[in-house]
Formats: sequence, C-alpha cells, structure tokens
Amino acid sequence: MKIGVVIFPGSNCDEDIFYALKDAMKQDVVKLWHKDKDLHGCDFIVLPGGFSYGDYLRSGAIARFSPVMELVVEHAQKGGYVLGICNGFQILTEAGLLPGALLHNKSQKFVCKNAYIRPVSRTAALTAGLNTEQVFKIPVAHGEGRYFASDELLKELHDNDQILFKYCDEKGEWNEAGNFNGSAENIAGICNKQKNVFGMMPHPERAVDRQLGNTDGIAIFKSLFNFTNQMV
Amino acid sequence: MSDQSTPLETAKKLGLLEEEYQKIKEILGREPNFTELSIYSVMWSEHCSYKNSIVWLKQLPKDSPRMLAKAGEENAGLVDIGDGLACSFKIESHNHPSALEPYQGAATGVGGINRDIFTMGARPIAQLNSLRFGNLKLDKTKWLVKGVVKGIGDYGNAFGIPTVGGEVMFDESYNVNPLVNAFSAGIVETGKTAKATAYGEGNPVFIVGSATGKDGIHGAAFASKDITEDSAKDLPAVQVGDPFQEKLLLEATLEVIATGDVIGIQDMGAAGIICSTSEMSAKEGAGMDIWLDKVPTRQENMLPFEILLSESQERMLVVIKKGKEADIKRIFDKWDLNCEQIGVVNNSGILRFHQGGEMVAEVPAESLVLGGGAPVYQREYKEPAYYQEFKKFNIEQIEEPADLKAVAKHLLTHPNIASKRWISEQYDSMVGTNTTTTNEPSDAAVVRIKGTDKAIAITVDCNSRYVNADPEQGTAIAVAESARNIVCAGGEPLAITNCLNFGNPYVPEVYWQFVGAIKGMKKACEKFQTPVTGGNVSFYNQSSDEGPVFPTPTIGMLGLLEKVDSKMTLDFKTAGDLIYLIGNAKNDIASSEYLYSYHKVKASPAPAFDLEEEYQLQQSIRQLIQQQLIQSAHDVADGGLFITLAESAFPRGLGFEVKTDSSFRKDAFLFGESQSRVVVSVKPEQQKAFEEKLQQSGSPFTLLGKVTENDNFVIDGESYFGCREAHNLSEGVLPGFLS
Repeated sequence: MKIGVVIFPGSNCDEDIFYALKDAMKQDVVKLWHKDKDLHGCDFIVLPGGFSYGDYLRSGAIARFSPVMELVVEHAQKGGYVLGICNGFQILTEAGLLPGALLHNKSQKFVCKNAYIRPVSRTAALTAGLNTEQVFKIPVAHGEGRYFASDELLKELHDNDQILFKYCDEKGEWNEAGNFNGSAENIAGICNKQKNVFGMMPHPERAVDRQLGNTDGIAIFKSLFNFTNQMV
Repeated sequence: MSDQSTPLETAKKLGLLEEEYQKIKEILGREPNFTELSIYSVMWSEHCSYKNSIVWLKQLPKDSPRMLAKAGEENAGLVDIGDGLACSFKIESHNHPSALEPYQGAATGVGGINRDIFTMGARPIAQLNSLRFGNLKLDKTKWLVKGVVKGIGDYGNAFGIPTVGGEVMFDESYNVNPLVNAFSAGIVETGKTAKATAYGEGNPVFIVGSATGKDGIHGAAFASKDITEDSAKDLPAVQVGDPFQEKLLLEATLEVIATGDVIGIQDMGAAGIICSTSEMSAKEGAGMDIWLDKVPTRQENMLPFEILLSESQERMLVVIKKGKEADIKRIFDKWDLNCEQIGVVNNSGILRFHQGGEMVAEVPAESLVLGGGAPVYQREYKEPAYYQEFKKFNIEQIEEPADLKAVAKHLLTHPNIASKRWISEQYDSMVGTNTTTTNEPSDAAVVRIKGTDKAIAITVDCNSRYVNADPEQGTAIAVAESARNIVCAGGEPLAITNCLNFGNPYVPEVYWQFVGAIKGMKKACEKFQTPVTGGNVSFYNQSSDEGPVFPTPTIGMLGLLEKVDSKMTLDFKTAGDLIYLIGNAKNDIASSEYLYSYHKVKASPAPAFDLEEEYQLQQSIRQLIQQQLIQSAHDVADGGLFITLAESAFPRGLGFEVKTDSSFRKDAFLFGESQSRVVVSVKPEQQKAFEEKLQQSGSPFTLLGKVTENDNFVIDGESYFGCREAHNLSEGVLPGFLS
C-alpha cells in the first residue's frame, strides 16, 4: 500500500507524520504537493496537522479549495482511504468528507498537552485492532478542536458506529475532566458512514518514539495498517 | 516633518544628537536631505548601532574551536556540533513593542528571531522565551501576560517550530515595561550556510516575502528611548506579524540557499531595507543601486523614507549570482511569495536609492554601520548608593519564622515559583517530534537531531533580582545557572547568546549595572568555556516615573549531548532511592524569593556564589551522569532546596523524607538560594559507588533522605504537604490570576 502525505502551504506536521510512517511504521510513503494534479498512485491519503493557508478564515476552510483536494474527494468517494489529523480533520469536515465541525476550544485558548483517549467503535480500520478498554495517551495541539454535531447527527454517528475515539481521564472514564476542549460527547475522532475516511484531533504521530517518552500511537497505526493492508 | 524646520531641528526630532548631525554633514560633504537624515537616525540608533554598548561588548570572549561565525559577523551565532552539523542560535528582545501591543509585539519578536536563524540556512528546531512582567495582581499585567503569551503561541504554533521551554518572572520593576526575549535554535550542515553579505558588480538584489507597508516605521528609534505616557503615540512603530507568510518564507529561503547561487541574504528586522542594504554592502565594501518603485508595497504613494524604514515583517533581502534570476523566481513562485529584483550591487561602496527617476538618497554604506561610521560612545558610569547598602544585610536581622510550613506554602504559591503550565500549554512544545523533555522533563530542554544520536540542550536564565543586587556577581550566576541546567540535563555547555535588557544608558547608575553585568559575564563565560556568539542589547527599559527595570542580562545557552540517550531527567523515579544534596549548604538567604517576598526585605546582596566551586560541582555532576550513578538531577534555584525537592517529586506523584542539617538555620537550609547546589537521587545499590566517586572528585555532598511511596513531603519527621496537595497548590496559581 502506498501512502501519500499532502503538503498544503502552512502544513507543519507533514514531516512528523512522514517520519512516523516511514521510519517508525516502515510504510511506503510519499509527499504530495497541494498543487499536484494527480495522487501519484497512492492508495491511502493523509492530511497532516498544521495551519493550512494560515487558517485565517476558519481552520481548514481554504485548504478544501486547493487543487489536490478535488482529487482527494474523488478518491474518498470511490472508497479510497483518507486520514486527517488535527488540521487534516478540520479540512475533512470543511470538505464535507466527514460530518460535524471543529470549533474553538471551550477555554478559547490553544492547548498542547497529552490527552487521554479510549476507542469506541471497532468497525473502522483506525480502531479495529485496538482494545476498547485501553487508554491511549496521545498529544493534542489545537485551538479549534471542540467537536460539534447536532443532536440528529450525534444519533446518526451512534447508529452507524462512526465514533472512533473519545477523550477520557487517565483511568479511562469518559467524563468532563478528560474532555479538556469541550467536545460533544467527548468525541476526539470519527469516521464517515462508509468507514474509509477518518479524522482525529490528537496526534498519534507524536507518540511513536521511545526517545520522546511516548509510544502509545504505534498501536493505532498498527491497527490502521493491519486492516487496510488486507483490503488493498 | 514640518517643512519649516531647519535640518538640525529635523535631525533632533528624529532622535539624533547635534554632534551626530554634524558628523553626517561631514560624511556627506553637504546638508543631508530628509530621507538621509531618517536613514542615519535609525541606523545610528542604539538598536542598530550598539553605540553605547559596543565598547564593553567587545570585551566578551568570542572564541572557541567550535565557533564557525563570531559574534556580530552574521545574523546569528554558528557553533560546530560535529558530524558535519552546526547549530545556529540567538536571542533577541521585543520589549518596547510588547509594552504597547503585547500580542503583535511578542508575535513579531518570535518571527524576527526565527528569520535570523533561517537566513543562516539553518532550519529552526526549537524556541525558548524569557519573559518579565510586573505585579500579577495588576489588571495591566494580566492584560500584558495574556497578550504576550497568545502572541508567542499563535506565531510559534502556526510557524510550526516547538516552543520547548523558557522562564517567567514577575516583579514590580517591570510594571510599565515588560521584557519579551525570544530565542531560537536551528541546525544546518556546515559549509551550507548563507552569509549576510553583498559583492560582485551587477549582481541582482531581490526583495522577497511580504509586501512593504507603513508599519514599524522608526521602530528601531522607538526602541531606543524611554517608555513614557506618550509612547502610545508611537503605536505605528509596532509591526504586525503573519506566521503563515513566515512559514512559506522559511521553506522558500532554505530552498533558495540550497541552490548555492546565493551571494548573501539578510532578514529585514529593525530598520528594514536600509539596514539590510547597508549592513550587507558594508561587509565587503560594496554599494547598491536600489529602485524603490520596484519594491512591492501595501499602500500606494509611499514616501522614500517610509519604504526604506518600514519594518514590515516576513521579508528578506537576497543577492544572487547574475544570470540566476529565473531560478530564484521559480522557487518563490512555488511558495506563492513576492520576489522582485529591486536593484544591483555596485563596487562604489555607496548606497543610491532612486524613486520616480530621481535619486532620493546617496550615502556611503560603511558610514551607517557598527564598526564603520556609526558613532561609538564611552558612557559615564557610577556605583549607585544602594549597592553598598544592600551589602550591609545580615541574616541575623531576620528572625526565623516559627511556622516553616507557612513559608513553604508561600513559596509554592508564589507566581515566580508556581507551575507555569497555564503558559506552557499554550505553546506547541512537541511539533517536529524532537522534543524529549515535554514528557520527561530536565533542567534544560533537550531536543534531538534526527538522523544522528545527538541532541542539543538549551536554556534561558537570569535571576534579575540577583543582578540588581550585584550586577557582576548576579550575571556570573546567570551564566553559571545556565551551564548547571545544561549539565543537569546531561549536556556539555558550548556557547551562549545574550539579551541585555537595561534602563537608560545615559543614567550613570544604570550604565554601571551594564558594565558590571559585562564583567560578570566575561568572567563566567571564560570559566565555562562558553563564548558569546551574539545577541542583542535593549536599553531604555524604564518608565520616566518609575525608574529602570531590574537589570536583566538574559543568558541563552546551547549545550550538546553526543548521545540523546544519556539525557538526565529531574524527577524522582522510585520509592527507596536515596536523595543527596551535592554542593555546600550555607547560612544564606540573601536575595532569595523567601527574603524578598516573605519577609519583604529588598535590600540584600546576591546569594553566595563562587565560580571555582560551581565549576567543580558541574564537573562532578557530568561524571555522575556519564557513569550512570544517579537517577535524577535538579539544581537548587528559585525557592531553594524545598522547592527543588517538591519539583522532583511532582512528576511521578512521589513523596520524600529528608533531614535538615542542624549546623545551619533551617530557613536558610530549606529556602536559601546560595548557588552551586544540585539535588540528585541514587539507587540504594549504587550508594557506595556514588559516594566513592564524589569523594574522588572532592565535591561535598550530604545524604538528605529518601524518596517515598506515600505521597508525603516529610522534613525532620514533620509532614509538610501531600505531594498531590502541594502540586495542586502550585498548579492553581496562574489560572487563579489569569483565568
């Protein structure tokens, strides 16, 4: 499986995810430029974190109009895999590939720290191989990460088993204390109905390295690639 | 700018002295026009010319075998770290803009320092900042803190370089004039760096990046006068930052430098186009012809002096080899950035600026710059009366409080000592996936270099209370503390950059503080073999009604770990580990936070400090780390031994049981800030080897007690706090003031 990491102007976690996928996860991965006219044969597209186009209008709002996004949307509609992390998740909601929206954190401040998340659904590749009782310590770094969805949408997400991760406390409780940014129902990551497009605010690529003191992200990537490699 | 003024009157309004005006006339051989006067006024301002400081700065040590660029030669210092790599690093102030407009002032400070690093060809990998604010109870201080922190965060986070540490101190001396010092470090392959120079007749001169607007005009001159009530009128002198443009500029600049076709490149910071054209030209005796009509501008009909002096952010001046014009344009096009040829290099040594077919200014490049024609002054200095007064302090004047728990609580909840998490969590400390110390903290930030086994250790330090009490000793302590922090993190100190924040240099007592600081820095840098690679001087940090700020010579130090895995952390690891104090305890509470804010005694000398003793201590700590004889190391600093123990216990929620030494006053033992002390923890099975090692090296040590499981801080059998309770107290302070 060939993975393509899209670089938008203002992306700043592109090198981090590239490094994590190539060096830590030993995947075949290439970089795609936002002006690219094709996806260079990639089966799996990653939209990295950062501040695409400065995030000046609204996070992810401009990136969705970039040339490469037309191709990404087409790829997703044909069932191709897409993962958006942080700003990538924001872009996917702006592009309509994932439902809901990401609003300013309830503190109205940017926050960078280790968040705790626990898997919910195991019907999608990102969480299929994870234990839903296990707590993962994954870094977050965002100012606009408060997941918002209408009641109807939340019901739909439940009905279709689209909720992948929820914020929890250190012990795994899905409570107020763990929900540092005020997301609806503690939601940290979701997928689309077809389960080929994933978005999450936490950065698993920042947690694959013993030298940085956190390797909790490895299991998430393993789950993803074990599942998707079987499919491709 | 009234047409009625004589040239001399105009010169004075622009901040030039009469003697400087006469010197300009002499250089030009005629009356300068308004544009030329504006040029000299910014280039000869303290901010650009260092005219009141350079005599002393030249005394600082600059050499070591690792130095690849010496102080002042390039945009930032450059230090060889082996394996064909070099680290470029620097610290700079953005105090005056931040005092008026904290958000933009701080943000553009971050932008400016990073440009200094990537114009060298180095990719920034980590940032620090050193901040000083007034009394946190004041609404104005809260406004400044929130604005500065958000400005640093928004710029640095979007730019995508992690902010991995820093320091914050609150004191009333900063009520009017906060200090915002930003540090950045980057990595480059040796031999692939770029220079800030211009040569070769006919070589094209490009301006790249953002368009030029009317922001920041006379910013350098503004930074060179006192902050007063009238300062609000200088608001247009504050620049506006755009981190998105900076990120694009970073990528495009590194790509252009990699072509090998760049003759020279310099970022546009203070004094904009005029500063970069003159400094680059003067380097090798060149000149330039610049057509100002070609500069992309944000507003129409900008006047020549506005274009020349504009401090619009995210711009660079680039001189490339003739014939490579299309290549540079292609790269900047890729990143959707402006890239316009605005002139050519000439061999005359003269800068000629043209607009609308006319020559609007003609000045010798050399005459504008430091080391060339810029004035150099010896300022008068005088020991202030307080210095001897402070020395009269005797610990006997202070009665030892009966309730030391109350003192401990006071210190834990003092904003200078309490957790800075409210601030640090607003900065992305992990982007780049190289920061090892977010999850496993050390006394210095440790950032690995991918593709090697190495890491750099970086820290910024200055206890300005000590410097105020004794500039020479206090500054030597600042250097020593930086080195101690690097050493406690497992690194070898390599070099420093400095940010010298002082009051008005024309006040002899203020200048005395500056001179003392330079002497102390020189002495300490020579001892630790950490030459000064550059930095910046910020005078006029004072308000006309409230006197100068504490003298604050912030030290930014670079250290190296050959193996990132040899990093040492500050946290106690396991219950049962033994806790030792390495270094001598002393009956000293001078200039401690305890004396200053608990007893409210402001008059005392700097804490006890001996450079030789400090050096020996650091050598011992390095050996203990190399031989893997300790589990943690944390230096004794603000708040004294008690705070050090608490900070080592917090990360893993452990407790400790320790005994004090009855040959010292208990308050001095627990809360005194005498220097050259480090708390380490040791596995019981390594106790013998550890003690033998220290006996060999001759470093004094004391067994204090042990790490415990039971979450309790116990001193001499008395329980002070639970670890969680103490931690919560510490964590609650800044949110209590700011949320």
